[in-house]
Amino acid sequence: MRPVAIVSFAQTPFVRRTRLNDAELVMEVVTAALERARLPRHEIGFCCSGSSDFLTGAPFSFVGALDAVGAWPPIQESHVEMDGAWALYEAWVRLQHGDLDTALVYAFGRSSLGDLQDVLVQQLDPYYLAPLGADPIGLAALQARALLDGGEFTERDFAEVAAQNRARAQSNRHAQVRGSRPAGALLDEPYLAAPLRKHDCPPISDGAAAIVLAAGDRARALCERPAWIAGIDHRIEPHALGARDLTRSPSTERAAREANAHERPIDVAELHAPFSPQELILRRALALPGSTAINPSGGALAANPIMVAGLVRLGEAAARVIDGVAARALGHATSGPCLQQNLVCVLEARP
Amino acid sequence: MSDAIKGFTAPVRLAYTVNAGRAASRFLRGLAERRILGQRCPVCKKVNMPPRGACPTCGVPTEEEVQLSEVGTVTTFCIINIQFDAQARELPYACASILLDGADTTLFHLIQEVPVAEIRMGMRVRAVWDDERRPSLDSIRHFRAAGEPDAPYDSYKEHL
Repeated sequence: MRPVAIVSFAQTPFVRRTRLNDAELVMEVVTAALERARLPRHEIGFCCSGSSDFLTGAPFSFVGALDAVGAWPPIQESHVEMDGAWALYEAWVRLQHGDLDTALVYAFGRSSLGDLQDVLVQQLDPYYLAPLGADPIGLAALQARALLDGGEFTERDFAEVAAQNRARAQSNRHAQVRGSRPAGALLDEPYLAAPLRKHDCPPISDGAAAIVLAAGDRARALCERPAWIAGIDHRIEPHALGARDLTRSPSTERAAREANAHERPIDVAELHAPFSPQELILRRALALPGSTAINPSGGALAANPIMVAGLVRLGEAAARVIDGVAARALGHATSGPCLQQNLVCVLEARP
Repeated sequence: MSDAIKGFTAPVRLAYTVNAGRAASRFLRGLAERRILGQRCPVCKKVNMPPRGACPTCGVPTEEEVQLSEVGTVTTFCIINIQFDAQARELPYACASILLDGADTTLFHLIQEVPVAEIRMGMRVRAVWDDERRPSLDSIRHFRAAGEPDAPYDSYKEHL
């Protein structure tokens, strides 16, 4: 494989309701990510974005966001109706072709424009689940209940995950929700959708993020300590929730293996677990050693911009390599209900 | 199979509240005050209208606001002979690409109060405002002949 690295990452502050439109949000992060890499816009080899028209409520909404990139003279561009982590995967594949050295990846999402619960119902199977209006919190609660019934975890474990992430978010200036309450106090709160309490669920967030990828010598020229992609893979499970064991994430296990996650210890892992029980499932699937720092950013419980939060996990993991905190980091992204699809990207510093 | 289910009804309704963003919000508020605003690109110096907060060709933020004339030049047009929406219009009417004085991008709008056979490239037209002021492009009801000599082709040939 051609060596490709993340050389730059930028994100907006995540908020419940932004006053910016998509192009304005994207402009902020694209400009910041390119400036950090000192890469002029006209030197971007390939551009790939992740977003959803269902969030914006408008067709081809990614085209409007291209105003932030400057698509003239005509550029090489692609888009995925997926979290931006999958746009990064496409850009990584594109750089493997060998004819281009740099790629810009960005993602944006404004969940504030519609009713997010109603919008996310539309990602479900249209015959059996969508007509029931199975909302994401209800499905996550079902998954959480299955986890409790398995007997290996308790509601206190959920609360510990929430307390830890919200506490770590206190040092993340982009976070939307921070907190200092211990797990014991969180357990006094009422249920939102039993066995989930409000703190087990993610906030509704608006925001954007951008990443610059570069190959080989170009990466070293753009960044003092690039976060090299040691492996990247994504896997999907059956669409029918009833066909899955919701307490396990075999797609994450497989993606981690394919992404060489177990070759050497991981110093930092950023896990995209919008609901606290999902972090427990992911930790088990990834078999991370106790020495791994999980979600120093506060994860998706601190901010969960749909279509963006997975790319932010990859960006945060890369940033820990770039800033020297980690020698080897793992970024995980998920998409769909109950951890339907999972992507694992392993990043490392190289001499 | 005679009992095959060929379809079922599953109504979906999603409601959205549009958030136009900073630049478009200023543009729309301007229309409610009968002002047409564009934004100048700091790189190529072109004035984009309607403003989008970014120059779509240079990909840089645009901040400098420019008030544009309500008079402009028809760069191209078409004649419409069928009724498209509930808002009844006198048929036939013209839909035109109009380069407002001071702008570098064209605006699509309607031309009325002019026999369609007289509409032509280079024709000078003026906005007719609606009595009711609102933050919407339909605050401009349509454009009509400005009564000025036609603009020379060279002045708008880059904007067809």
